[in-house]
Amino acid sequence: MAVGSPSIPPGKVNIPFYRDTRIIAVIVQIVFALLVAVGIWYLYSNMMNGLRQANLLPTFSFLSVPAGFPIAESVIEYNPSMTYGWAFVVGILNTVRVAVIGIILATLLGLILGIARLSDNWLLRNVALVYVEIVRNIPLLLQLIFWFSLTRLFPRIQESIDIGGLIFLHNRGVTMAWPQAGNDFDTWMQWVYGGIVVGGIFYVVRRIQFIRRDRPGVALPYAFLIALGIAFLGFLVTYLMNGVWPVSLSVPVLQRFNFEGGITVTNSFAALLIGLVIYTAVFIGEIVRSGILAVSKGQREAARALGLTPGQTMRLVILPQALRVIVPPLTSQYLNLTKNSSLAIAIAYPDLFYVANTINNQTGQAIPVILMLMASYLSVSLLTSLFMNWYNRRIQLVER
Amino acid sequence: MPVATEVSRPSSRRAPRQQIGLIEWLRKNLFSTWYNVIITLVLLYVIFQAVTSFVSWMITAPGWPAAFTNIKLLLTWTYPVEHLWRPQAVTGLVFLLLGLSSGVWGGIVRMVTFGAAAINAGLGIVAFTFPDLPGQTSLPGWLFLFLCAGLLIGGDQIARRLRNYLRWPLIIAWLLSYPVAIVILRGGFGLPIVETKLWGGLMLTLLLAISGIVLSFPLGVLLALGRRSTLPVIRVFCVLYIELIRGVPLVTVLFMGALLLPLFLPGGESIDALVRAIVAVTLFSAAYLAENVRGGLQSIPKGQIEAARALGLNVFQTTLLITLPQALRAVVPVLVGQFIALFKDTSLVVIIGLVDLLGAAQNIVGQPQWLGTPGGVWRETFLVIAAIYWVFSFTMSRISKRIEDQIARSRH
Repeated sequence: MAVGSPSIPPGKVNIPFYRDTRIIAVIVQIVFALLVAVGIWYLYSNMMNGLRQANLLPTFSFLSVPAGFPIAESVIEYNPSMTYGWAFVVGILNTVRVAVIGIILATLLGLILGIARLSDNWLLRNVALVYVEIVRNIPLLLQLIFWFSLTRLFPRIQESIDIGGLIFLHNRGVTMAWPQAGNDFDTWMQWVYGGIVVGGIFYVVRRIQFIRRDRPGVALPYAFLIALGIAFLGFLVTYLMNGVWPVSLSVPVLQRFNFEGGITVTNSFAALLIGLVIYTAVFIGEIVRSGILAVSKGQREAARALGLTPGQTMRLVILPQALRVIVPPLTSQYLNLTKNSSLAIAIAYPDLFYVANTINNQTGQAIPVILMLMASYLSVSLLTSLFMNWYNRRIQLVER
Repeated sequence: MPVATEVSRPSSRRAPRQQIGLIEWLRKNLFSTWYNVIITLVLLYVIFQAVTSFVSWMITAPGWPAAFTNIKLLLTWTYPVEHLWRPQAVTGLVFLLLGLSSGVWGGIVRMVTFGAAAINAGLGIVAFTFPDLPGQTSLPGWLFLFLCAGLLIGGDQIARRLRNYLRWPLIIAWLLSYPVAIVILRGGFGLPIVETKLWGGLMLTLLLAISGIVLSFPLGVLLALGRRSTLPVIRVFCVLYIELIRGVPLVTVLFMGALLLPLFLPGGESIDALVRAIVAVTLFSAAYLAENVRGGLQSIPKGQIEAARALGLNVFQTTLLITLPQALRAVVPVLVGQFIALFKDTSLVVIIGLVDLLGAAQNIVGQPQWLGTPGGVWRETFLVIAAIYWVFSFTMSRISKRIEDQIARSRH
């Protein structure tokens, strides 16, 4: 006996086409696509008309023309006789430089801040709270200009503020001691390469072993240790063979007009880095705090009951679990830091945006420059989020 | 057996004392372990140093006149002095509406109203006791501040009595207040026109932030709905727009607004710089808002939509009457956070040459009469505008926290 199956009459159900949702959906989409196309075509034709009248048709040929403007600091070699294209690359690398260093420092400071906000020390907790509340409610641009003005108040280079003989603050920037390659640097690099190869082989072999036996295990830190060990051994051997360290610390020495040795960063860079780190660390700190709070209290109690010290509890039990909550919002903070570095234009650090703006002012090629600029930022953002998503997948809880 | 009595004894023991003395509090909170002792001592030293040097700098700083004699520039920049009654009228209007809303809805609105009234009254007393402060306005500053405080409190008192009649008129008045404020500030309809290039200072900062949020709201909601649509063409368009805008810095978008907008439109060179900035801020903010609203839409259980469909509501009715109201309520705290971010980010318009609060401060710092001041006057000026930014952002973040708590409580 067929129970309860409603019988649909075999006859055709006629839905008029204007009430058939499938057809309406197609019509709506076609109309939408047409509207967008017309809108874009309208804007595009206006733009081309205007540019034709101004005799400024967009072209990328300016990229191979000598730029003719100086860039105050660059990671790679640059001088004004090089092309606009190269200048743009210099800008990208300057942005990447401040973003990478900034992300590392902001993460460290944020981690400290997040843990400090949860400290059992009342004073530390509240100092951290005041820091958070002050910094996050003031625009970043104002903070950057503040730090920039402050670094320019430093004394002249002859009367630099001396910190331990290694770091010198003066009104042109910050000079600090920096590792310098010696004569035997190349010999030592052979050892470093060897270490990387051996470490890599170890990692692969170990991973294969783990996978074959279907066992969980950690190989990467040991591979790192092996590579580091070989590099360090090579460091000692090259010293013993020649009596000179392959890498030495170059300590800046004040000459008559400038520092000799060490590394000098401009005050634009210093201000940008300080500003970005202090600002972003607040947000990272809050993320870390909420991540730690998200780990249930029982975990901490169980860890303590097993006899782990507070430090071990934090390092081995709480942080690994908190990371799962922390990493996704952390990614957007990293992206924010990278994008915020574009504010460097206000304090004349030659980052991507600054260089692009200069190129635009000199060539008048607004369209190509903006396209390149957006493409660069989008690819930097994309790379960062790809990496962070990969990392996020690695640390996610594996469930059946 | 002695063991048995041992076991039964704890139940009769008294609970530990609830209140602890100062010494005990110090030991528990500041000196519990050896490393806490070190942290506390180091922090005490650092705080002492910082506070004493800050206070001594505050007292001896030479730049306070720079910040306070230019207060008109900070607030309205070059808005003509004889028309200053217009920004004042707009402020009064907004405060009256706020006061009335406080009487009708109470709660957080009342908190904000009384806070604003207190700040106004406080500033009014300060302005009254320092009559030397330049009051180039048609109405003396102190009188205006007291008037504002009066409007806030008075509105609250009136609306408490007329609560039942005022609800809908107030909502409509709030919706109308934005265009009305623009007309009062800019002129037209018989009022002489004050060109936007004369606008600036805090007025411009607030105007940009409010325009950004008001105008980007409908756009953001549409984008969020489009991103969750089942129609692939619309979805792809929305995803592309949102991801493209979110992937680039605001400065780039502002730069595009300033450079490309004139190119895109016929006769575009005549487009006002302020309008370009507002368009850029709106397009930028909409992408972020869309993601926030999408979060809210995702939090609506599917049963709500199914129930609505079962009742015979069509797609539009379901969205407008069932999902959107719930989604928006869920993301109110996030939207307030978005507004704070936008408020702070409007300072970037200095980069495209508009003189907002930060721009006004930079101009004041560069005034020739301060050239002789050792170290310049920038620290004092920046401190003042940082305080202004801080008060606004901090208030909003407290409001957002209150709303969050309220929503969390109402869920139980």
